[in-house]
Amino acid sequence: MNGLSLYGRYIAASIRGQMAYPAGLAIQTVASFMITVVEFIGVWALFHRFGQIAGWRLGEVALFYGLASVIFAIADAVTRGFDVFGSVFVKTGGFDRLLLRPRSPALQLAGYELRLTRIGRFSQGAIVFAIGAAMTHFVFTPFAAGVLLFAIAGGVALFAGLFILQATLAFWTVESLEAVNILTYGGEAAAEYPLNVYARWFRDFLIWGVPIGCVTYLPMLAAMGRADPLGAPSWLTPLAPLAGFAFLGASLFIWGFGVRRYASAGG
Amino acid sequence: MTLDAALRPYLSVFSGRFQLMLQYRAAAVAGFITQCWFGVIRILIFAAFYAGGAAHAPMSLANAVTYTWLGQAFLAFLPWNPDPDVADMVRSGAVAYERLRPVDTYAWWYARALGWSLARVAPRAVLMVAFASVLLPLIGLGKWGLPPPPSLDAGGLFALSAVGMVLLSAAITLMLNTVVVATMTDKGAGPLAAALVNTLSGMVLPLAFFPDWLRPWLRAQPIAGLVDIPFSIYFGGLAGWSAAGAIALQFGWVVILALVGRVWLGRSMRRLQVQGG
Repeated sequence: MNGLSLYGRYIAASIRGQMAYPAGLAIQTVASFMITVVEFIGVWALFHRFGQIAGWRLGEVALFYGLASVIFAIADAVTRGFDVFGSVFVKTGGFDRLLLRPRSPALQLAGYELRLTRIGRFSQGAIVFAIGAAMTHFVFTPFAAGVLLFAIAGGVALFAGLFILQATLAFWTVESLEAVNILTYGGEAAAEYPLNVYARWFRDFLIWGVPIGCVTYLPMLAAMGRADPLGAPSWLTPLAPLAGFAFLGASLFIWGFGVRRYASAGG
Repeated sequence: MTLDAALRPYLSVFSGRFQLMLQYRAAAVAGFITQCWFGVIRILIFAAFYAGGAAHAPMSLANAVTYTWLGQAFLAFLPWNPDPDVADMVRSGAVAYERLRPVDTYAWWYARALGWSLARVAPRAVLMVAFASVLLPLIGLGKWGLPPPPSLDAGGLFALSAVGMVLLSAAITLMLNTVVVATMTDKGAGPLAAALVNTLSGMVLPLAFFPDWLRPWLRAQPIAGLVDIPFSIYFGGLAGWSAAGAIALQFGWVVILALVGRVWLGRSMRRLQVQGG
């Protein structure tokens, strides 16, 4: 069986497992939807009062917000195994079991769980994006749709890379891994607004440090057919999500290094 | 029985829980770092909105910054979840033992919840104040820091309102505990409560920023006392009699929630069914 069909089996098993408790699943999905909806009410209230931020109107910000939310919902749904790696696999010694199997541990962790509750957040992002598209008369040209799909793929790759780095840290310490949340949850929060609203140092970090801006801000500009107010060349903006794939590649390389130096805690 | 003896079990469960939770130092540091980051994002967004024109802003940027840092410092008071120990007890059936104790279950759990929240907030708040009130001014970013209250009155009223905030937080946690006991699961109460608490408290956005026609309703509801009332008092947005009225409202809600919660918990505990052995 090749890797992809094995992954398919893992995911099918995970979905069946979650479907065994339909009421719990429904409540958590609705909750995930509600939490993100009320957060957007806060954004709406700010625009109700101020009208605009750095030249952007509510409809335009909704597009950036929706894209970031959709990307993060997918990434968060597919990387559960890496997210809980420290507590579920390293602390307990359960990772030894994964290493014994003749398949890559990264594939097994990717197949650990597909979190269906994240459909809640995904729908919120998609709805916010649709509202933004209606408000700004956004046109889904084939080019715009292609850039958005590419941005979503690159964005999921980037956030998956961050969750893999978080898991890699667990080879050294299982304490305080939640501090990585500032890059995952915190990175998504920062990407909800177009980057030019932020101060220079913060913007630079989101482009050159952890390239979240390359998978949300720059491709969204390309899809809208807008020039970057910060001056990124227009041939570059649709290609920027490549940075997400590069980040995932680098993360997997560091992960491999961590796996090689792993020593079981016994048990 | 003297008052002292009557209170002893509650005091000891409070201090036990407080000291236990204080041991989680790494979690406190991680929480502090996360809260610094989210504070920075919020402040940068506020700054960008204000830069485009502050004519319709309900408070100065400096006050919005103060509000943001206070929110990050006291974030762990927000009752997002039922008490995890109670949720475990319900799952394992050990909650039945709580009925055997010769104490008032509501007061007993209330004391536990107080110890839990205070111990989680104390280290984070100390670190956050050190960062926003001491470090930021020292490196020349005082404009973006957390200043002390503008007057002694504001400080005193804030202290009083902060007590109300702590008591209210525990009263809402107890409501969530009761939902867990009544429904026998912790899957539903927590996540939905978090959505409500975040918005209605003013944590997502200070309540003053919402449309003017909504503001009186937002201020009057119980959850405003968790964030909006104490923080507005801190920077002087609520002062004098309106501050006193807001504090009275806060404590009034504590009493109402505690009375309703105690009756409801009592009923739920009497109907408790524990299965298996």
